[in-house]
Amino acid sequence: MPPSAIPAALVEEGQRMASICNACRYCEGFCAVFPALERRLSFAEGDLTYLANLCHNCGSCYYACQYAPPHEFQLNFPKMLAEVRGESYKKYAWPATLSGLFQRNGRVVSLITAASLVAFVLAMLFFSDPSALFSAHSDSQGSFYAVFPHRAMAWIFGVIFLMVTAALIMGSVRFWRDIGEEPATFLSPGPFAKSVDDAARLIYLGGGGDGCTYPDDKPSYARRRFHHLTFYGFMSCFAATGVAPVYHYVLGWSAPYPFWSLPVMLGTLGSIGLLIGPAGLLWLKERRDSALTADSQTGMDVAFLVLLFIVSLTGLLLLVLRETAAMGTLLAIHLGVVMGLFITMPYGKFVHAVYRFAALVRFHVERRRPSPGLSAE
Amino acid sequence: MDVSRTYDVLILGGGNAALCAAITARRAGRSVALLECAPKHFRGGNSRHTRNFRCMHDAPSDGLTDTYPEEEYWQDLLKVTGGETNEKLARITIRFTATCRKWMAEHGVRFQPSLGGTLHVSRTNAFFLGGGKALINAYYRAAEALGVEISYDTEVTDLNIDDGRFMSALAVRHGIEQEVRAKTVVAAAGGFEANLAWLREAWGPAADNFLVRGTPYNVGRVLRILLDKGAKSIGDATQGHCVAIDARSPKFDGGICTRVDCVSLGVVVNESAYRFYDEGEDFWPKRYAIWGRLVAGQPNQIAYSIIDAKSVGKFMPPVFPPIKAATIGELAVALKLDASVLESTIGQFNAAVRPGTFDHTVLDGCATEGISPPKTHWARRIDTPPFFAYPLRPGITFTYLGVTVNERAQMMLQDDRPSPNIFAAGEIMAGNVLGKGYIAGIGMAIGTAFGRIAGEEAARCAA
Repeated sequence: MPPSAIPAALVEEGQRMASICNACRYCEGFCAVFPALERRLSFAEGDLTYLANLCHNCGSCYYACQYAPPHEFQLNFPKMLAEVRGESYKKYAWPATLSGLFQRNGRVVSLITAASLVAFVLAMLFFSDPSALFSAHSDSQGSFYAVFPHRAMAWIFGVIFLMVTAALIMGSVRFWRDIGEEPATFLSPGPFAKSVDDAARLIYLGGGGDGCTYPDDKPSYARRRFHHLTFYGFMSCFAATGVAPVYHYVLGWSAPYPFWSLPVMLGTLGSIGLLIGPAGLLWLKERRDSALTADSQTGMDVAFLVLLFIVSLTGLLLLVLRETAAMGTLLAIHLGVVMGLFITMPYGKFVHAVYRFAALVRFHVERRRPSPGLSAE
Repeated sequence: MDVSRTYDVLILGGGNAALCAAITARRAGRSVALLECAPKHFRGGNSRHTRNFRCMHDAPSDGLTDTYPEEEYWQDLLKVTGGETNEKLARITIRFTATCRKWMAEHGVRFQPSLGGTLHVSRTNAFFLGGGKALINAYYRAAEALGVEISYDTEVTDLNIDDGRFMSALAVRHGIEQEVRAKTVVAAAGGFEANLAWLREAWGPAADNFLVRGTPYNVGRVLRILLDKGAKSIGDATQGHCVAIDARSPKFDGGICTRVDCVSLGVVVNESAYRFYDEGEDFWPKRYAIWGRLVAGQPNQIAYSIIDAKSVGKFMPPVFPPIKAATIGELAVALKLDASVLESTIGQFNAAVRPGTFDHTVLDGCATEGISPPKTHWARRIDTPPFFAYPLRPGITFTYLGVTVNERAQMMLQDDRPSPNIFAAGEIMAGNVLGKGYIAGIGMAIGTAFGRIAGEEAARCAA
């Protein structure tokens, strides 16, 4: 078991608030958090981290809450959950010694990204002929690998990818155990499929029918739409990255690929999504009701969104300018920020996707169990 | 609010009835100003604490199951009020609930299936998604978008009424008193349950121990002015919706979560450690509304609901943790009750419990024999430690004393003439329909029906 890492005062406050919600129950129709909460009579730390990661922070419950500040109960349930969620990222981080990276995460992510950018520029200067780096290459010359050997690129990203995957899997294992589930239940087909569906459609950014109350008290689908652009943009870019090695190793085709090829099409569409989506989410975040923002996490959220934006911006510039003399520099910058993004994935905002998905699976697993429920009174 | 103009319709109050009236009048093309005495955060009166309303319906929809015909609704109302109701107005309300959900949805209200632990009202009551505050928020958004002029922190201090005709209102905002003129007025400012002096006048010193479950802003100012200036009153000042809530709740505004739902699972004793009423008389949803009065009738208006370990998790979780002890004697000490009396009360109760099959979902055969008062259902020995207690106090939710209205929501004057331009809606006139007793979701039904009728009639009158 991971060490208990959530500050005791926060757990106590969470328990106080959850007891009020459990007695009230008005918000039951908004999302999965309240039905999950109602299955419990008391709230251990693992219950709170489960609820916290199940929460999509849509804010509907806060605006509907008869006990929200300035009421003397001072009930700001989603903000408390956001704080618990932030702490839970540290708690489940693997290896545990790196959990400190969640502290001042915005700065950490920026520094790591900057460092990997510098590392890439230096590596390119080391591996390739400096004159090649700053001159124009035609696509037919295999422009990218003229400045950076394919083998080196494959090794660097292969190793990082494996490390990141291991860290994310270990984190979710620790989360899954801490909330009290057996490893095998994670792969229950029904709940797993339902969770994929929930996540793919972001149903809990629906606020119960009119969209979530984000950035303010007016229900709107803006956040869901921008998140869809971000998520599907990301997945599309990820797919492009997956198709490219097939082209390279299986089909023996060398990059850069023509514009109408599958990797480039996927990458271009994905990058457009990853420009508009994160920009929109940042724009909404800027307008977010300050009553609901956990200040300690703003840096983390912003850093991740900005990084996604820069990755897709540099990727698109690379596509447009790849036959010019700027290509070498752009490639170094692009690969540097991509590496920064990958390295910080297990230690930044990206983990929300992993824990939230696991929490959704837990929700659907639990729903299939008999309710400890109350007799119909 | 603009003091230089004369509004078509002035709405006094900012809860469900007030907003229904404001939106209806504004949609009819009238200029409307709404004065809410609470600050924006606490706007909405007692509607803020509601969660559903009782709906006549002939097919399942909006989370409602099965059917709930007019006649059954009327009979339910007749039963709880013991005839203290105006059939004409009651039937108007009932029929209104059959059709008003569409209008509500058009103005942003969303419905959901009945909440966990409230299956018993899934057939009769439509639940607002997110509860009453979400409904209020939706109505305020709709009202603002339509151009209703909303003024928070604005308390009405006097009304100029000439022979039953409204002329203007005096209202204080940020310490400045101003006169607001309008052709018509809708009084929808609630009852007086948060006015401790008025409660004391009605209930005597016992009122000092009441907790006010609803908004602290319902001090009955508008009601008092109307009654003093010629309105025909209805109802009795001691009538209201009063339930037994956790004694540790806040003095005001505790709302729904202060309820304690384990009365029928155990016994209830007063401060002398004696039982005083049949805890198992009927299903709790049919009885909770009488326990406020029952506790109000006990010395110092305090009582203790006592259960044992068998009942843990079998009722809606209360907001405050129970007082817990390993023995009845220790529980008595923790509650500052006489230990020997409590032991003997529980001992006598346990000895009187007859064998039976306990089933909390039906009126089971578990009853006591030979003690007074008896416990006629769900009587199980209180013998499995640990033992738990919840202290109870009367929690007043809303009052029924109000102004009489006719079917056009016109306020009636003492000489039985309707006022030409004063209308009333919501809790301030709910006593016309609900003079006594309580059924869940009737307050919001009355507020919605008469709010909209008042808005329509005021709009017509101001044309």
